Amino acid sequence: MIDFINLYLVPALTLGSIYALGAVGISMIFGILRFAHFAHGDVMSIGAYGVLTAVWFIPIHPLLLMPFGGALAVFSALAADRWFYRPLRKLPTIYTVIASFGVALILRSLMQILWGADNQVYVRGVTMPVVLFDTFRISALHAEAIVLTLIIAVALHFFLTRSRTGRAMRAVADDPELAAVAGLDTEKVIRWTWVIGASLAAVAGVFAGMDTDVHPNLGWNLLLPMFAATILGGIGKPMGAMAGGIIIGLAEELSTYNWIGEASLISPSYKTAVGFIIMVVLLIFRPQGLFKGRLL
Amino acid sequence: MSALLKVRGLTAGYGGVPVIEAIELEVAENSVTVIIGPNGAGKSTLLKSIFALTQITAGTIMLGERNITGLATSELVPIGIAAVPQSRNVFPSLTVSENLDIGTYAAAPKDRDRTQEKILALFPDLVPKLGQAAGELSGGQRQMVAIGRALMSEPKLLLLDEPTAGLSPAYLEKIFDLVLDIRKSGVTILMVEQNAKQALRIADAGHVLVGGRNFISGTGAELLANDNVRRSFLGATA
Repeated sequence: MIDFINLYLVPALTLGSIYALGAVGISMIFGILRFAHFAHGDVMSIGAYGVLTAVWFIPIHPLLLMPFGGALAVFSALAADRWFYRPLRKLPTIYTVIASFGVALILRSLMQILWGADNQVYVRGVTMPVVLFDTFRISALHAEAIVLTLIIAVALHFFLTRSRTGRAMRAVADDPELAAVAGLDTEKVIRWTWVIGASLAAVAGVFAGMDTDVHPNLGWNLLLPMFAATILGGIGKPMGAMAGGIIIGLAEELSTYNWIGEASLISPSYKTAVGFIIMVVLLIFRPQGLFKGRLL
Repeated sequence: MSALLKVRGLTAGYGGVPVIEAIELEVAENSVTVIIGPNGAGKSTLLKSIFALTQITAGTIMLGERNITGLATSELVPIGIAAVPQSRNVFPSLTVSENLDIGTYAAAPKDRDRTQEKILALFPDLVPKLGQAAGELSGGQRQMVAIGRALMSEPKLLLLDEPTAGLSPAYLEKIFDLVLDIRKSGVTILMVEQNAKQALRIADAGHVLVGGRNFISGTGAELLANDNVRRSFLGATA
């Protein structure tokens, strides 16, 4: 039981947190701008590199340098919107989807040019896990990721339900035409969507980078499970995406536990397939997701 | 009564194809003005044009002394025009209270709480529903939320696009009574209506559009008495 918690449940919740933070942005962008943002994984990577660069100059805990990663990710997202997505806003959204593929390639190439294609780490050496009650051995990173994600989820909930900007964002996600009739400034709402989506992607990117290492494909490799999380939660439902991320993370990691007999239920090398299977099954049987989101 | 809204020679449509042509319209301050006409006459297009949701190719729209032709929708709300579209006029996942609140974002009322109080006095049915998602309400209640949302910006001019469409007869009366109550509170109303007879009964002025052009205009009573209008639009037999 203790092994299950230490070796499976906590890493699963960490992976779930990473997916959750990435999926929030994808879900909000889908809800408000009506397109699947395929460059979101690369915005995550940019955030991870932003913090990596900051660590070189200010050698403190990477999480304390998060504003640098967030700022770089937000800048990239706003620049991509200004130059690539906004000119296509009036056209069918498939144009923007394809443009986001292009932006993904541009961002990844830029990262390779600026930071190289090698795997890099924030802190060298081995970090010892935190031991609780002599039994739970939890890596500090995992504890930080889970707690910070929880705090972000609560903050996001209050932002969306209590603040003017949050309510305006939900209104535009509900019905952009009516939002315009009500006189809402939709471009401002769109900017906020990028700011929040990219900031949370940066946090996810740094967690992913700290968990393994930072490389240009870091975010791209996480994109499909994040889409699965978005669909699971219901497209356009940010809190649903968070729940979806945690569920996909749990499903992937826990599918490798030895539930029956001694061996893993599913070989760890196939665990990412679990997320895709959930996504495909959902698209067929419950395309609106758990929280009644928009249909694709 | 002076004219709050003056439309002169307005030609507008979508994608370069005009739907309404050379429309002339005046809406007196603190009046209820009704636009009626057959399907496809361009009634809704006229309302949308006033609210900057179509392409205007000719003509001018004046609000008081101010030329508002070409202003964006988001600029019209702060200067005192609010509109309620015919369908999909509430934010379904937002609560009733949040829907009303959205109305204050583009044009903040002087005293938000007092404005909401006044509006809820018009729609007592909504009071117990304030915390409920607007998408769960009946058609009539949604219409009230939509009108309430528009009134929260304290408009001078309220544009209503077929507010009784799809409602039961009981709600129909309620909505027409409401329109009169709203006018009493000092708001000018311009509405498009399918239920022409009832609408003209409460209207100070009416305009009949046919084929995207002005056909006949007059007071509500004049139009109700006009044989041409009665035969064509009010279902009277000759």
